Amino acid sequence: MATETPVMLVAQAAVDASAEGGAVHATTEAHGGEHSEVFPPFDPSSFGTQLIWLAITFAFLYFTMSKLALPRIGSILEDRKSRIDGDLSAADAARQKTDAAIAAYEAAHAAARAKSQAIAEETRNAIKADIDGKRKAVEADLSKKVADAEASIQATKTEALGHVSEIAADTVQALVTQLTGSASADEARNAVATAAKE
Amino acid sequence: MADPNKVDPIHQFGLTNIFSLGGEGGFAFTNSALFMVLTVGLIVIFLLGSTAGRRLVPGRAQVVSELLYDFVANMVKGAAGSEGMKFFPFVFSLFMFVLMANMFGMIPFFFTTTSHIIVPAALSILVFVVVIGYGLYRNGFKFFKLFVPAGVPGYVLPIVVPIEVVSFLSRPISLSVRLFANILAGHITLKVFAGFIYSLGSLGVLGFLGASLPLIMTVAITALEFLVAALQAYVFAVLTSMYINDAIHPSH
Repeated sequence: MATETPVMLVAQAAVDASAEGGAVHATTEAHGGEHSEVFPPFDPSSFGTQLIWLAITFAFLYFTMSKLALPRIGSILEDRKSRIDGDLSAADAARQKTDAAIAAYEAAHAAARAKSQAIAEETRNAIKADIDGKRKAVEADLSKKVADAEASIQATKTEALGHVSEIAADTVQALVTQLTGSASADEARNAVATAAKE
Repeated sequence: MADPNKVDPIHQFGLTNIFSLGGEGGFAFTNSALFMVLTVGLIVIFLLGSTAGRRLVPGRAQVVSELLYDFVANMVKGAAGSEGMKFFPFVFSLFMFVLMANMFGMIPFFFTTTSHIIVPAALSILVFVVVIGYGLYRNGFKFFKLFVPAGVPGYVLPIVVPIEVVSFLSRPISLSVRLFANILAGHITLKVFAGFIYSLGSLGVLGFLGASLPLIMTVAITALEFLVAALQAYVFAVLTSMYINDAIHPSH
């Protein structure tokens, strides 16, 4: 039943073909003689040999695929994946290293700058202290000299002032002698002292 | 063909003995067997040859092999999960065998192995032997949960279980007939339309013009048949993956 239906369908198609063409022989009888009455794709007499060869070829295919071809392709893909992953992680590591190097450089830079500023500050302070010290010394020296000078002026002045009453007494004695003819040195000195006190 | 004037769309499916091992009716090596050997030979030579270099940066042939591998691997993983990858070589072999056999069939004068019902039937029976065998081996009697859908109330089960059983048993039939019928019908259609060209062409000038219509059809059907050849191999492999998934996870 199942073997006949497609044959009839195909035969119908072939008849249609020849009807359209007109010049073609009917094909149903032609292949009837060659292939007996069985539609070849359903012919049970060929099943045995087809099954045997299918089993042989498919078993060979399965074993070659599972033992050789597929593990090989799988390992190629795996190698490539691990290589790419390795390269990516190496690139990542290199980038992190670069970042660390930049950070270290910046830290060193900042430290150096701070240090240089400290040194500059220290130097400035030292110079300032030095200058201040020197200036103080000079000032002290100067003020000492001023004080000395002032003291000597004072001494000279005191000395000079000490001579003033003597000179005045001399002058008074000389003046009184001129006016009165006689005057003692003690009197003159007393008179000058009295006058100076007033 | 003996008579060049006859158009016989069935002739292409005929088997001819090339030689016979073990005498008459024994171990016949037919054109079908020849094309099985050629199919397997080409697959093996191509896959092993293209990957022999194991190049990190692949050439064209190696890319094709890798794409086929990835394609089937993703199909199996998607349908049956990572546990289904045990059956990856099996599904890959089926896919490549059906694909190459169908594609060989598209070359004029070449025999189409998959156009004989016995070849797809044997392959689908093999799939079901593997599915049932592994299902029972892995799950024991829990494998029969496949026929008892979860969450179905008890009183519906007498109806549902037979339906599930019948649908399971019809799978190998539908799997093989789908492939076989597509290939057979496609090749017959091609032959019939090609026959129209010949018939009309022998009618003279008018017929010659008329023959251009079936010629266009033949070209279009040839393109369609290439699509069908690849698609049926894909469908066969996808369904196999899904049935393997049933064997691994019977309770759906």
